[in-house]
Amino acid sequence: MTKLLDIQNLTLRFKGKRTVHAINDVSLSMEQGETLALLGESGSGKSVTLKALLGLLPPKRTEIEGKIEVNGTDVLSLSGKKLQKYRGGEVSMVFQEPALALDPVYTVGHQIAESVMRHKGVSKADAMSTALDMLDRVRIPSANRRLHNYPHELSGGMRQRVMIALALACRPRLLLADEPTTALDATVQIQILLLLRELQKEFGMGVIFVTHDIGVAVEISERVAVMYAGQIVEEGTTSEIIKSAKHPYTQGLLAANLHDVERGARLNAIPGAPPSLETKPDSCSFAPRCAHATAECRAALPPVFTPSPRRRVACVKAEPAVAAE
Amino acid sequence: MLSYFFRRLILVLPVAFGVSVICFMLVQIAPGDPLTAIMPIDATAEEQAAMRAAYGLDKPLPVQYAIWVGNLVQGDMGKSIATGRPVAQEVFGAVQNSLLLAASAAVIAFPIGIFLGFLAGYFRDTLLDRAVTALSITGVSVPNYWLGIVLVIIFSVNLGWLPSMGAGPGGSQSWAWDWLHIRHLILPAVTLAVVPIGIVARTVRALAGDILTQDFVQALYAKGMSRGDVLRHVARNAAATALSVMGLQLGYLLGGSILIETVFNWPGSGFLLSNAIFQRDLPLLQGTILILALFFVAMNLIVDVAQAAIDPRIKRT
Repeated sequence: MTKLLDIQNLTLRFKGKRTVHAINDVSLSMEQGETLALLGESGSGKSVTLKALLGLLPPKRTEIEGKIEVNGTDVLSLSGKKLQKYRGGEVSMVFQEPALALDPVYTVGHQIAESVMRHKGVSKADAMSTALDMLDRVRIPSANRRLHNYPHELSGGMRQRVMIALALACRPRLLLADEPTTALDATVQIQILLLLRELQKEFGMGVIFVTHDIGVAVEISERVAVMYAGQIVEEGTTSEIIKSAKHPYTQGLLAANLHDVERGARLNAIPGAPPSLETKPDSCSFAPRCAHATAECRAALPPVFTPSPRRRVACVKAEPAVAAE
Repeated sequence: MLSYFFRRLILVLPVAFGVSVICFMLVQIAPGDPLTAIMPIDATAEEQAAMRAAYGLDKPLPVQYAIWVGNLVQGDMGKSIATGRPVAQEVFGAVQNSLLLAASAAVIAFPIGIFLGFLAGYFRDTLLDRAVTALSITGVSVPNYWLGIVLVIIFSVNLGWLPSMGAGPGGSQSWAWDWLHIRHLILPAVTLAVVPIGIVARTVRALAGDILTQDFVQALYAKGMSRGDVLRHVARNAAATALSVMGLQLGYLLGGSILIETVFNWPGSGFLLSNAIFQRDLPLLQGTILILALFFVAMNLIVDVAQAAIDPRIKRT
C-alpha cells in the first residue's frame, strides 16, 4: 500500500522585506488511516506545513524545495484543475477559527453543497442532501433547519462542526486539522475532539492534528511529531513520547503541563523564546534555551538518531541515553 | 422580507415630512424678495401688497406651509412666478431629463468602476493597482465642469464629432431614442460619469482587497474552489456595501449635476434649479428641491431594502 503522506527534505522560505526560513529540512511520513499530532509552539512551522500540503502558500513569496507526496501524487507539481480536484477531494482542512473560515453571506448548507458539487459533479439538490447527511454525521441537532442557517446564526462549537462536515463531505483520504479547538470553550473543545476521533474511525481517513497543547495531542493521536524552529526534533508513538521523551524540548513541553502539579507550585516553563528564523539554522535551534547544551550543540546541526523504526530524535544527547538502556 | 420593506417604508414618512419643512424654510431664509424680480421697479406699495396676497405671501409661515403641503398632496405645486406655468409640469419635465442623464452616467460609471476596483483589489500593490488608484483619484479630483469644457473643445469644437448643447437637435425639449438625440447625451453623460467611476473604483478596491485577505477565502481555495468561484464569493460579500455607495452616487448624479447641465445646456433639474435661484422663483425652487430630496429618500429606501436582501447579517425583522 502506498504511503498516505511522504514528505522528504521539505525546506520552505518566505521572501520579502526579510526572509523567514519557516521550514528547514523536514521529512515526515504517514501510513493510511493514521492520526498524527504535529506539536509545537507558535511559529514553529506547523501551520505552514499544512498549508504547503494544500498548496495554499502565496507562490510569489514562497520558495519550496523537497518533495511532498500524498498517495503517490506529487503535490508540489499540481496546478490548475488538478490542484482544485486534490484540494478538498484528496486532502481537506479544518481551520482554527470557524467564524472566519466560513463565508458570512452564504448558508452553511450552500457552502457544503458547493464543495460536493465541485468534486462529485452532482446536482444542487443531491449536493444539499449530502450536506444534510454530513450535518447529521457531525451530530448537529435539527440539521434540516441548520442547513439554511448563516454562519453568524450558529454558536462557535456548531460552526466548527459545520467546518468538519464541510471538510469531510467529499471523503478525503487525509484531513488536516489546524488547531481546530483553540478558539473554542474548554467544554466544547472536548466534544469536538471526541467527534473528530469518532469520525476518524468511521471514515478511516488519516488525520494530521496541529496543536500546541500536548494534552490534546495525547487525546487524539497515535503518533506525535514535535516541531521546533521549522524542524521536527522528535517523532514517535504517543506513548513513546509521553513515557520516554528524549529531546530536551519535548521534555520541557511535558514538564510545563498542568497535570500532576501541586497547587501553588511554579510550572516548569521553558526559558527564553523561539529563534526568529531569519537565517537558516546551522546549529541546534534549541541550544540557546536548553539546560544541557554544550559546545557541540552550538557547533553544528544535531544528528538524527533512530532508536527504533519510525522513532527519531534530533539531539546529540539522545545517543548515550539509548546506549544506556 | 416584505414586513421589513413596509417597516422601512413607514420610517420614510417622518423623513419626508422633515424634508418638506426644510425645503419650505430654506427658501424663506434665503435673502431677496421674489416680488422685486417680477414687479416693475416703480410699482406702488398697493400693487406690491396685491401681488403678495395673490401668491399668498401675506399669510403667516405655518399657514403658508399648510397650504403648500395641502396643494402638494393634490399634485399642485403652485405656479412658477417667472413663467406662470405649473411647477409640477416644469419640474417633472426637467427631472425626467436629469434622470436620463444620471442613469446614463451610472450605466457608464458603475460597471467601469466595479471592474477597475476589482482589478486593483485583486492585484493589490502591483503596477495595475497603482494605475487604477491614480486614475480614480484624478477622476474624483478634477473639477467636472472643467473636464466638460475640455471635452467640448476636443470633440465638438476641434473634431466636430458630437454636439455640445441641449438634449436634442435644435434645442428640442422632447426626448427620443434615436441617434440624433443620443449624440447629445454622450458628452454630458461621460463627463458626469468620471467622479462616480473614481469613487466606485476606490470603494470596490478597498472592499475586494479587504475581503481577499479574510480567512474564508483561503478556506474556499482549500476546499477546491476555482478562482472564479472565489471571486463570486468576494463579489457577494462586497455587494451590500458597494450597493449603498452606488445608490448614494446615483442620488448625487441626479441632484448634483447643476454645473454639468449648465455647461451642456441640458434641460434638467439642475439647469431648472439654477434658473429658479437667479430669478428668485420661490415655488419652482421649492418644488425642484423637494422632488430631488424625495428622490434621495427613495434611493436610500431602495438601497436599504436591497442590502438586507443581499447580506443576511443585516437584520431583516
